[in-house]
Parts: sequence; structure tokens; C-alpha cells
Amino acid sequence: MNMLTVSGSPHIHGDESTKKVMYGVVYAMVPAMLVSVYYFGLDALRVLLLATAAALFFEWLIQKYLIKGPITITDGSALVTGILLAFNVPSNLPSWMIIIGALVAIGMAKMSFGGLGKNIFNPALVARVFLLISFPVQMTSWPKPHAIINGLTDAITGPTPLGIVKEGLDAGKTMSEIKPELPTYMQDLIGQMGGSMGEVSAIALILGGIYMLARKIITWHIPVSMLLTVVVFSGILWGVDPEHYADPVFHLLTGGMLLGAIFMATDMVTSPMTHGGQLVFGFGVGLLTILIRIWGAYPEGVSFAILLMNAIVPLINKGFKPRRFGVKPGVEIKTS
Amino acid sequence: MTGRLKTFTLGGIHPEENKLSANAPIEVLPLPKQAIIPMGQNLGAPSKPIVNRGDEVKVGQLIAEAGGFISANIHSPVSGKVLKIDNVPDASGYKRTGIVINVEGDEWDESIDRSDDIRENIELDGKEIIERIKEKGLVGMGGATFPTYVKLMPPPGKTADYLLINGVECEPYLTSDHRLMLEKGKEILIGTKILMKALNVEKAIIGIENNKPDAINHMTELAKAYEGIEVQALKVQYPQGGEKQLIKAVLNREVPSGKLPIEVGCVVQNVGTAFAVYEAVQKNKPLIERVVTVTGKAVKKPSNFMVRIGTPVQELIDAAEGLPESTGKVINGGPMMGKALASLEVPVVKGSSGILLMPESESHRKPENSCIRCSKCTYVCPMGLEPFLLSKAAKVGRFDIAEKELVMDCIECGSCQYTCPASIPLLDYLRLGKTMVGAIIRNRKK
Repeated sequence: MNMLTVSGSPHIHGDESTKKVMYGVVYAMVPAMLVSVYYFGLDALRVLLLATAAALFFEWLIQKYLIKGPITITDGSALVTGILLAFNVPSNLPSWMIIIGALVAIGMAKMSFGGLGKNIFNPALVARVFLLISFPVQMTSWPKPHAIINGLTDAITGPTPLGIVKEGLDAGKTMSEIKPELPTYMQDLIGQMGGSMGEVSAIALILGGIYMLARKIITWHIPVSMLLTVVVFSGILWGVDPEHYADPVFHLLTGGMLLGAIFMATDMVTSPMTHGGQLVFGFGVGLLTILIRIWGAYPEGVSFAILLMNAIVPLINKGFKPRRFGVKPGVEIKTS
Repeated sequence: MTGRLKTFTLGGIHPEENKLSANAPIEVLPLPKQAIIPMGQNLGAPSKPIVNRGDEVKVGQLIAEAGGFISANIHSPVSGKVLKIDNVPDASGYKRTGIVINVEGDEWDESIDRSDDIRENIELDGKEIIERIKEKGLVGMGGATFPTYVKLMPPPGKTADYLLINGVECEPYLTSDHRLMLEKGKEILIGTKILMKALNVEKAIIGIENNKPDAINHMTELAKAYEGIEVQALKVQYPQGGEKQLIKAVLNREVPSGKLPIEVGCVVQNVGTAFAVYEAVQKNKPLIERVVTVTGKAVKKPSNFMVRIGTPVQELIDAAEGLPESTGKVINGGPMMGKALASLEVPVVKGSSGILLMPESESHRKPENSCIRCSKCTYVCPMGLEPFLLSKAAKVGRFDIAEKELVMDCIECGSCQYTCPASIPLLDYLRLGKTMVGAIIRNRKK
């Protein structure tokens, strides 16, 4: 008789794997990738391919020659980081900057913490902020979307809707004076506005979000609490003074709010472990985003808000425990 | 079937059910040539042999006495001659003291009523029932093997108002309780009545998962004749057969952390135990046989057998038309909580509910990856624990954290490890944490 295997229970395993989770995120980003190529043309394709290739290459390089451990570039996590990095930059960013971005994301934000699952900050966002601070001009000259079917002419660059509002308000204009310069909400929804590659089409992002919810890769807690906070907070300001504050719908549809809420804030590695903690995290991100957008130096605040909240995730995890079976909430657990 | 489906609210998973042997009626397995009877068949202290080498024993004769308060008597499941009292293999993989009997004929102790007549009338009073259950060596037959009589004697100041009968059988593959309900429903109900009398409770609820509609219908129909007994259909969700989960599902009561079901006025017994109670009290029959499912995807004839305790697992497998070539693992129990056996010489014991043969391709764990902090283990934990944190604490030896984060509440259901996308052996580390924290607590009390 053949030898019997002996191991502890359970003896069966569900069919989830790290790879499936990561590729699930990749599939969820397909609509947004298609939209970015549609509007920004071959340049978008260049950014996507370069960012993902560089992310995979640096992960391989570091694992092979620095860590000298197992190579795990096929698990999909570096691919996700690469695509998210591409989503967070303008499509006309010089190639070498993209490569630097990938190195920062993988090398600094991920591998230096110990690799997959150990990083505190969202790697793609660390890279974005690094690039934004290092190359402010290139990182804020956004090509105007230009449907690929209209021919491959030179792209025209211009500010994002958030940039237009920020500049306008700083120059003393009122919202009704600024409004005509902004894209319509319908244009925001389908992606006809200036912005980074992945943030332009709300519909494509929402589609991806629904897919991830259905696959149980993310839960609703972070996006809903974050977006609700944004709507309520910006709604109050707008209600008080509609001439000096943009309306909540504008805030929702522009500046990577949905990209952040669906794909960046929900990153499982860098977000809280319990639903309660996730609600608090989403609230914090929403609140900080509006604070930065309205009173900060940058027109756009989602990246900073998420990174700031990433930093306090360990604290949130300490404070927000799951509901324990047989323990009344608020009752101190006595250890015998 | 009436009424809304109930279930527990915290965590839970739904693995493939694979109830391959659900339609196989219970067959009586022929007697083994040799019965191996380990002394540690119950939770708590092992039993002490009272026979000697060379003694002639009859079926039902007491051969080992309870070794303490939480322990149980053992009766001979066969007739014949005691060959030796020696170390024998048991399901744990260790060799422990056991009695080996060479089977000769099938001669029963005269006091046992072997007829098929159903005896409805309960003559014993509560105290006598408990005494009888203790004497006949009954233990919980769902797998935990806690001595049944102890559960029937609530500590001073505590009373039960509900008896719950566990017919959930939430483990994939296993069907022994299912078949027992279909074929011995009346006996189970009388056993339930006996337990109600012993506990002095008016109400009993039999919880059955909705993947056994035939059992739900059958038991509901039969229960009409028994006052105070109801059947509750439950939504299929693992680990609903856990005591605390079942109480939550059926009565929406939550047993406090670190306490027993009696704290919320409940006593839970398995349907198999209820059947054994009927036989012990009405027929004077000790716990010497039980229903065991033999199953697996490659098994030619998935079966349910009525097996004498002490029968080697090999004989059950032979009766199910042999060990499939592809077998890589043999599990005593279900795939979620069962123990993998190192040898097929291991005998059936009081707590063996099934023998599951896993093909080689499903016998190994997937390689472990880094935790991606996805929280799925936390979402599925029926006790509201954080397996990722507890396993990490145990791994690095921080048992203080493990204790504070309630590792002792872990019921070892395995839902976390089943779900983990990184295939981390979470439960291995949780068990380590429980063992160490348990020792720390015991030392503190000294």
C-alpha cells in the first residue's frame, strides 16, 4: 500500500489563492485600461506596458539579487502595482520617469518592507507622490482626452477640472464664473476630461468595483464610507456657499476620487482588517481628501489622504476588533 | 417543511457538500476477527482496564472503568478471549493502552434487550437515567466524545430550559447522522424524551440543515407524536454543528466567551447520542457500536455501516469495496475537523463518525505564501477572532497576545485555513497557541 499523508485538519481548501485575488484586481481594471487607451491613444499603451514591465522587472531583480529568495513575480501583485502606477500618471509622462516610478513603487514602497503583504503604504501611491514632488511640471500637465478614432494627432495638454476650480477660486472667481470652463458631468462619467490615465472614466472604474465586490475581493465598507464622507462634507460646504465651493457630484467624479475609493484605498495590504476599522479608514480618507482639495496647496488630495490613513492602519487595527462571539461590546475581556 | 431557515450570524463558510453516501442505507458490518479497544476513547481521563489477558468476555460486558469524573466506562463490543492488554495504535497517531480481543462467536450479555421492538414507555426516573447513561459508557457521538452523563448534571445554580439535538452534520461527506435520522427516527425521539426527563426540561429542538430535506420531513412528521419536541430546519452553513453556533442559530442565544452552553440554559446532544441513550435506557445496551460513513470521491461504494467499536478501519474500507488506488490520505471524521490516520489498523472508536478517503491529488496542502492581509480569515471566523493575528502571535511565541485576543475561544473548525488565499496553515498555529495558553492558564491557577 502507498504511504498515507498525515497532516492537521482542515483537509480541504477553498479555491481562493493570492494569484486569483491579484488577477481579479487586474481584470477589474480592464475597462479603465481600455478607456485610457481609447482616449489617450498609443501613449497610454506605452505608459501601461512600460509601468507593468518595469514593476515586474524590478521585483524580479530585487528578489533574485538582493533578497536572493523565491521569485514571485507571477503572483500578480507587481502587475497590479504597475497598472495602478500607470493609472496615476499623465499619459504623456516621459518614459524614464515611469521607470523611476516603478522602481520607487516596487523597491522603496514594497520590497524594502519585506515584499508582498508587509508594506505599510500603497506602493503605486508612494510612487505617484514621489513623482509629483520630484517632477511637478510633467506630473501636472495633463493631456486632454482625445478619442483615438479622431486620429492620432498631437495631444493638447491642459489642467484637470480640479486644477481649473482651484486656480479660478484662488484668482477670486466664483463657481458660476468657473463652471463654463469645466467639462460636463456626462463628460466626467465617460472620461472626457483632463486627468491621469486611470481616473478619467467614472463608469469604467465603477464597473471594475462591481466586479471586485461580486468576486468578494473588496467589501463595500471603504468605498462607501469614503465617498459618503466626501459627499456629506463637500455638500455642507457647498450648501453654505455654492459660489466658493464645488458641489459634491463634482468632487465625486473628478481627480481620481473613484480610482482612489475603488482601487487604491481598498488595497487589502494597506487597509484595516475589520469592517469597523474599514469604515473609519474610509471616513478619514474622505475627510482628508476634501480638506486637502479645498485648503491644501495641491488641487488633488486623494493620494495624500490615502497615504496618511495608511500610516495609521496599525492603530486602527488595534482599536477596532471584530465582534467577538459571546463577548458583550464594551465589556473588558478578563484573562483568567 | 415550515418556517424560515435559521442559521448563525457570525462568519461561516460553505464548502462543497459531497454527501456521496446520503442514499446508502445503514448496513450491519460483519464482526471483525479481532477487536482493538483503545482506553482513551473519550474527552478527559482514559479508562482503566478491569479484565486480564485470557479472560473470556461477552458482548456488553464491562471491560474498563471510567478513569475519573470526566471519563467513561468501556464495554466489550464483541465476545471472545482477551488476547492482550498492550499499546495499540489510535487515531491520534500515538500508541496507547488498549485491550485486544480475539473474537469468538457473538454471545451477548443476557441483560441486553436485542429485539427490534420499540419501547416507548420511559420507566426510569431522572436520576436513574443519568446513572444508566454513565454506567453504559455513553459519550458525545458527534466527535468531541465528552462523557454524556456529565452534561446532564448542570453545576449547582444552573438550570437548562432547552435541550438541543444536533442533527446538523455540517461536515462535508459525512452522512451517518443523516441516515440514523431516516432509519432510527423514532428511537432518536424517544432518546430525546429520555434526555428531557433527565434534564427536567419541557422543550427540545432538533436542528437539521436544509440539505437533508428528507430527514427534516421525516423527523417533523414523527415528532408530532412527542410533546415538546420540535424540528428546526437550518440554512446550510459550516460550522453550524458547533454547539455554540447551533444554539445561536436555533435560539439566538450566545454562550459567553469561555463558558459552557448551560450558561444560557442549553444542553446540546448529537442525534447519535440520543439514539445511544435510547438503547442504553430502554434496552440496557452499552455503547458498543455506532454508525460510520465510509466515503470519498474515488470510493466504489460509499456506505454507512453499523460497526462494532474496535473494528479496524481496514475492514470498513474493504466492505466499501476496497481502498482506491489513488488514495493518499485516510481521515477519521470529516474533511474539516477529522484526523488523518497514519495506519489502517486504527480501530473505530466511540467518536468515529466517518472514514474519508482522499485521493492523492487532494491529500497535500498548497504551498504557503505571504499573508496579504485580506481579512478573509477574520470574516469567516464563527467566533469573531482574528486568525491571522493569533497565528502570528503563536508563531513568534507571543502567547500573552494570543490569550488576550481570545485564542482559547477558537473551536478549531478550520474555516480560516480553508479560506486563506495564501494557504497559510492558520489552524496549526492556533492549536499551538491554544496548547501553550492552556498550559500558562493552568500554571497560573496552581
